[in-house]
Amino acid sequence: MSDGIEGDASVSDERERAFNERLDRSLKIEPTNWMPDAYRKTLVRQISQHAHSEIVGMLPEGNWITRAPSLQRKLILLAKVQDEAGHGLYLYSAAETLGTPRDEMVAALHAGKAKYSSIFNYPTLQWADVGAIGWLVDGAAIINQIPITRCSYGPYARAMVRICKEESFHQRQGFDIMWTLAHGTPEQHAMAQDALDRWWWPAVMMFGPPDTDSTHNEQSLRWKIKLFTNDELRQKFIDQTVPQAEQLGLVIPDPHLRWNAEKEHYEIGSIDWDEFYRVIRGDGPCNKDRLQTRIEAWEEGAWVREAAAEYARKRGAQSASP
Amino acid sequence: MKKKHEWPQWEVFVRSEAGLAHKHVGSLHAADARMALENARDVYTRRNEGVSIWVVKSDDVYATDPSESEEFFDPSEGKSYRYPTYYHVPEGVKHL
Repeated sequence: MSDGIEGDASVSDERERAFNERLDRSLKIEPTNWMPDAYRKTLVRQISQHAHSEIVGMLPEGNWITRAPSLQRKLILLAKVQDEAGHGLYLYSAAETLGTPRDEMVAALHAGKAKYSSIFNYPTLQWADVGAIGWLVDGAAIINQIPITRCSYGPYARAMVRICKEESFHQRQGFDIMWTLAHGTPEQHAMAQDALDRWWWPAVMMFGPPDTDSTHNEQSLRWKIKLFTNDELRQKFIDQTVPQAEQLGLVIPDPHLRWNAEKEHYEIGSIDWDEFYRVIRGDGPCNKDRLQTRIEAWEEGAWVREAAAEYARKRGAQSASP
Repeated sequence: MKKKHEWPQWEVFVRSEAGLAHKHVGSLHAADARMALENARDVYTRRNEGVSIWVVKSDDVYATDPSESEEFFDPSEGKSYRYPTYYHVPEGVKHL
């Protein structure tokens, strides 16, 4: 303390050096390790947004639980949506290790200050949409998330290992729905095509803005919070999904889609980034509805949280008294 | 006022099969220990990952300070004689 400002600065330089050294050696940063404020802030933002996406993501599919076409599909969908709740919990827990209470993160979502994945602002109009979400949205999520299992922040990386294990069931059950419909009656085939038509571009946009416009890319790559750029991940998704669409006998809604034999990658038409930013700003088909549903669930559940806390307090008081 | 009702945080430990030790798997919020166990079952053992669960209030966990790790773990450094490989076994000696 008596060293004054100069002393403090050299202490923080020393900590920063140790932090960077850990990153360089690919050692995980753990909650009790010193970290720069900006690193902490970026992680809280990214992990809590990821958590919000899992929770809001339950809504479009939850919409079809009561109307699933068979008891088996209903059981599968229930299990899938329950997994999403679990993923939200793992991620909120990981974010809490950075010192931000969960209630604070939830409040930020409800106040419209925190974002969640824009894809969930699109509606699920018919049953094939549930298939398209599992196949495309969870498929894109897996590509995004697998590298995060190796990210620099320990609790985030570990949460992601659990999530990725469960996510592949989600993608396969979605593909299975699409396969069944695509090989069903002409009407069912048309349902599958309609779902692909509406979900393809939003899924392609899930990887975020192009590298040239992405504000977080460079710093996050340096911190090893991100290991690949948005465009690299997007390309991977396109390359793996286009052949699957062919196998389903469905057509990707992009007249400019073509195989580039030289680069050994698919090329797509231009992405409508205006739509992307419009939906992020709150003008998607379901933004208001999604947020309102979350706020109502939170407020209507308040009495349960309070009653449980009070019950625990009373029981604690009883067992403490002689 | 709201803050008062935030449920405490618990650390969850799961024994994956009989005979193995409990291992830390994550954390969650619950009003009391019973609820913590039930939530832990629902969140961390949905795919038969466990046969037994422990929960401990996060506030009750004491941990070593990483900035003091070097001094703290220093006593176990440089004591190669604690390992069997330190010792030369003369040729022909068996069961050692």
